[in-house]
Amino acid sequence: MALNAVKQVNLKINGLDVCVPEGTTILEAARSVGIRIPTLCFLKNINEIGACRICVVEVEGARSLVASCVYPVSEGMVVRTNTEKVRHSRQLTLELIMSNHRMDCLTCARNSHCELLALANELRIDAVRYANDQLPPQIEDSALHLVRDNSKCILCRRCTATCHKVQQVAVISPNERGFKTHIACAYDRDLGEVDCVSCGQCVVACPTGALTVRDDTEKVWAALDDPAKHVVVAPAPAVRVTLGECLGMPIGTNVEGKLATALRRLGFDRVFDVDTAADFTIVEEGTEFLDRLQNGGVLPMITSCSPGWIRYCELHQPDLIPNLSSCKSPQQMFGSLVKTYYAEKEGIDPRDIVVVSVMPCTAKKYEVQREEMRLANGCLPVDISITTRELSSMIKRAGLLFDHLPDGEFDEALGVSTGAAAIFGATGGVMEAALRTVAVKLAGVGMQVDFHEVRGLEGIKEAGYCLPGRTVRVAVASGLSNAKKLLDRVKKGEAHYDFIEIMGCPGGCINGGGQPTQPADVRSFTDLVKLRSEALYSQDVRTQLRRSHENPVLQQIYQEYLGKPGGHRAHEILHTHYAPMRKYRT
Amino acid sequence: MPNCKTVVPYRGTQEQEDRLRRFLQDHKGQPGAVMPVLQEIQSIFGYLPEEALIIAAEEMDISLSELYSVGSFYAQFSFNPKGVHQVSVCLGTACYVKGAAEVLEAAEKKLGICNGSITLDGRFSLDATRCIGACGLAPVMMVDSDVYGRLTPDQVGPILDKYM
Repeated sequence: MALNAVKQVNLKINGLDVCVPEGTTILEAARSVGIRIPTLCFLKNINEIGACRICVVEVEGARSLVASCVYPVSEGMVVRTNTEKVRHSRQLTLELIMSNHRMDCLTCARNSHCELLALANELRIDAVRYANDQLPPQIEDSALHLVRDNSKCILCRRCTATCHKVQQVAVISPNERGFKTHIACAYDRDLGEVDCVSCGQCVVACPTGALTVRDDTEKVWAALDDPAKHVVVAPAPAVRVTLGECLGMPIGTNVEGKLATALRRLGFDRVFDVDTAADFTIVEEGTEFLDRLQNGGVLPMITSCSPGWIRYCELHQPDLIPNLSSCKSPQQMFGSLVKTYYAEKEGIDPRDIVVVSVMPCTAKKYEVQREEMRLANGCLPVDISITTRELSSMIKRAGLLFDHLPDGEFDEALGVSTGAAAIFGATGGVMEAALRTVAVKLAGVGMQVDFHEVRGLEGIKEAGYCLPGRTVRVAVASGLSNAKKLLDRVKKGEAHYDFIEIMGCPGGCINGGGQPTQPADVRSFTDLVKLRSEALYSQDVRTQLRRSHENPVLQQIYQEYLGKPGGHRAHEILHTHYAPMRKYRT
Repeated sequence: MPNCKTVVPYRGTQEQEDRLRRFLQDHKGQPGAVMPVLQEIQSIFGYLPEEALIIAAEEMDISLSELYSVGSFYAQFSFNPKGVHQVSVCLGTACYVKGAAEVLEAAEKKLGICNGSITLDGRFSLDATRCIGACGLAPVMMVDSDVYGRLTPDQVGPILDKYM
């Protein structure tokens, strides 16, 4: 036996012998022998409070039913998960939970993928006897990215646990007590008034329709219906490996070709790719980094692609604003290029162009209206930002049978990209893409393409690379609690880096707030981030060009229009600035 | 709603804020400091004003939302200052069965505020209390230290008029 081997525990679940490591919960132990126990408030590693009592089971010798999601196994334990007592208890609990849930399921945004609805079905709730304080809607839509309706909230705390633990933004909590308990901000202020960073992680954590993303699809339909408008669209790198989940495909399916076809059939005038803009981001950011490195600029330089992170930095870490790269995010670079270079080339008035972006992100809805992004011609770069989920609803509404669609291609003018851009969607991807270009710029040809140390699922990653002249020390963090941890160390002088990549969402954009919602059952027992990111890295390997600066379209646009990377025109169009923001409003 | 948002402007003084800051200095980084901090704020300001909670949130690196969440859980914390005249209606068992709920409703209507809050001009605050030991007089209302017993809802208005 190895020195640190974990003790194994033997128990019986529904008559089956089970052997699991000490500390395992009954829920997980049951899962290991093919028994699924229903849950509602449980979200692995995030919300493990045993509050909702849906996962109760019988344990021989225990005084009452126990919550299996938090109850650890012990030697000789005898567990029953499917007795009359258990079934009845779960039913009664769910009935009580439903008694003050507003049940307008037919018109609810979550109706086809609501965990409460699925559970009501599974537990065979035929009627709610305790009807019921049917609450009127309590719509709170002050935030740009999401809509709250507490009349559908079941107080599971999955959103607040995510906000406090995963993101450490902590703007929503349970307020008051007993029957008056409700999830809200301090002093019951609206979400739009407080220091929420718009990451949307609470939305993907919510099991019901209490938290939904603001739906901007009507604006897109209106633009598509307007013959006077030239409507262009582009999806973010991470969207192609997640969209399929909303349309019945396995997690981690890359649907890039079908995505391009679907967008064209929806009626967009041009179907471009944000991947192209991601290559510009790398060339600009790489140039900026080399300049800072060689000319004594502010280091560590921190990436600026994630608008949730940017807002967090402006609100919570304003002293680091000089460290932020001045590069716009790929979304904003894309819109900026469309409304300058592309408009001029095609002879279209940029005011007649509607730029739609498809994003894995809810904070992008906030980013598109940032005044700092405005171009010299008076236009904001992007007009409408929709999420992966919103696009899937448009595809369904348009009657496109997604799995029947042939593979298509993006329009070339802004639709050619490299493998470096593809991996933007995963944590560490921007860093690796930047290193590929920076290494070549510093050392010439023959440098490595793969930087494995910055890949992977850990919340914080570090590496040092020996490049001619000096060692470049880099760090990567995803999820704002990890970002805070990393930056605290940097500020205390405990860690020294030259370049830091930060993504607001844990795992990066593939796990963004605008990505397909998966029920807790899937989220707790499947590594979504791993499956989705593998699809991006295999796209990278398949791509012929893997360094952003090798992108022929990019090279042509610099030559024809932008001039030098980091030059005057590039700065005017592709860069922005930031300012500290007030955290509290009184 | 015992904890509805106050309508009275913040009147905290520099001296009060300094006192709070000194207290926070001593408790910085201490685990489980939320309760003592909230208690201190209430003892300094008489209630939990947003401005004071923000000071605490910043100094202690605790989110404002968490402080408010804990504060609003406990009935003994108030988010409203007390008025010049403090009106309280007993909701103890004896008073309750004698119709105290209607008395409270009449007081809420007369003052135009909900239980637990304060009038815009800061003159009256209204609270429901537990048994005040005057069960023989049920239902009972107190205005400052004056006790009014055997009340009917229609008597509430004229009584409060005397303090207007």
